[in-house]
Amino acid sequence: MAGSNPNAKPMNLTLKVWRQPNRQAQGKIVDYQVKDISPDMSFLEMLDVLNEDLLRGGQDPVAFDHDCREGICGSCDLFINGRSHGPEKGTTTCQLHMRKFSDGDTITIEPWRASSFPVNKDLSVDRSAFDRIIQAGGYVSVNTGGAPDGNEIPIPKEISDRAFEAATCIGCGACVAACKNASAMLFVSAKVSQLALLPQGQVERKTRVENMVAQMDKEGFGACTNIGSCAAECPVGISLENIAILNREFLAAKASSNNLA
Amino acid sequence: MSWITKTFTSSIGRKIIMSLSGLFLCTFLVVHLIGNLQLFKHDGGAAFNTYSHFMGTNPIIRTIEWGLVLGFGFHIYEALMLTRRNKAARGSQGYVSNHSEQNSEWTSRNMGILGTIILIFLLVHLYNFFWRARFAGDIPKMGGADPLTRDYDNLYMAVVDSFHIWWYVLLYVAAQISLGYHLWHGFRSGFQTLGLNHRKYTPAIKYIGYAFAVLVSAGFASMPLYFFLFTNAQGELAANAPAVLQSVAAAF
Repeated sequence: MAGSNPNAKPMNLTLKVWRQPNRQAQGKIVDYQVKDISPDMSFLEMLDVLNEDLLRGGQDPVAFDHDCREGICGSCDLFINGRSHGPEKGTTTCQLHMRKFSDGDTITIEPWRASSFPVNKDLSVDRSAFDRIIQAGGYVSVNTGGAPDGNEIPIPKEISDRAFEAATCIGCGACVAACKNASAMLFVSAKVSQLALLPQGQVERKTRVENMVAQMDKEGFGACTNIGSCAAECPVGISLENIAILNREFLAAKASSNNLA
Repeated sequence: MSWITKTFTSSIGRKIIMSLSGLFLCTFLVVHLIGNLQLFKHDGGAAFNTYSHFMGTNPIIRTIEWGLVLGFGFHIYEALMLTRRNKAARGSQGYVSNHSEQNSEWTSRNMGILGTIILIFLLVHLYNFFWRARFAGDIPKMGGADPLTRDYDNLYMAVVDSFHIWWYVLLYVAAQISLGYHLWHGFRSGFQTLGLNHRKYTPAIKYIGYAFAVLVSAGFASMPLYFFLFTNAQGELAANAPAVLQSVAAAF
């Protein structure tokens, strides 16, 4: 296998996995043993091995969210050993590799915990609250044309870099999961500052932040207390500076928008 | 709801009130600390009592006092509202395993506990000095020959008496440690909430906040410790106090 380490020894692990049959049911931690796990496997491949074992034994496999498995889609979302996306910094669960663990380790795997992210089943959570926040204002409704038209609008390199940094948010929800207050402000701030920085976002700049914050509150997310867990656990490194930008965008919009309601 | 109530009952609006009231209370701490430093002036309490009399009777100070009541009121009320929202946001099922110590500071996650300790202290502290001086009126007068100061409350002796009670000194010092940790997070957090984050100034704000937290809490805590350890029942420097304190006191 290309890139694999021939000296790497397979590992045996104890998994403590959150099992919950459906949204209403009470869940619990169930212990499983997995054997002969290659250190070159990703964390999700390790779970695939567990599920194959469970299926062979006639048991219900563990449900978990995943899609691209290359760290860009934001689907995977496991709380591993008390950390969003596990112990490695700047990594999604799918890009976390088993070489970060040792033979004989016990690994606790839980879903994101937030009242706004109800558990569908086992480790899979419903993050449609994020979609509704985006629907409330995380878009540009003026026609900005195709790529050549886009290049007609001069944007300084520094501004485009900062907007792009904010735009790297993949909406995985690790920030909500890690936050003591289950606050979505790092996510919302990334979307708000990305569009507030660019000329295409100016038309709806004030109503956008007003509506997105209102939707965020309506969904029941907590309020930021500047702890910083979110930015520390963010797989793409969205910084706390964005939350400060969100706060001042919100205050400025409330003070100067024409919206009296 | 009007746009104003909507703004200040939103999550960010409540945080902005939290931040403004908190930073205002920081300015109060500075004034209170500097005024209290007069306790160290070994003059039998003349300066401290004159200052206390001014603070308790001057109409401008008495008006600003209401601002202070509002500052504390808003800070505590919003803390309760935000805590309630934030607890509900996590949901009834918390994490079985959560290692938040690996991604954040203890003090940042425990502002509510620290604030509660400060509040308990504040109630005892207000009862002991403010309530007795303003409402109960049971603090003895200064007396003496000076017609200007003889009718002033002798708050200095009330302080000296309190600072010789071990459990009061302990509560005072514990509260100041809590205040120190509260400010350690709170000072920089106040600026961040107001949107005042800039790569040039934020590092400076952070370290000024750390220095502020240490200076203010150590400054306040030094007073009960000093009187408990080094003075007699009249607040005079005890004979067995360290020589360095004797020479400092003599220099003034």
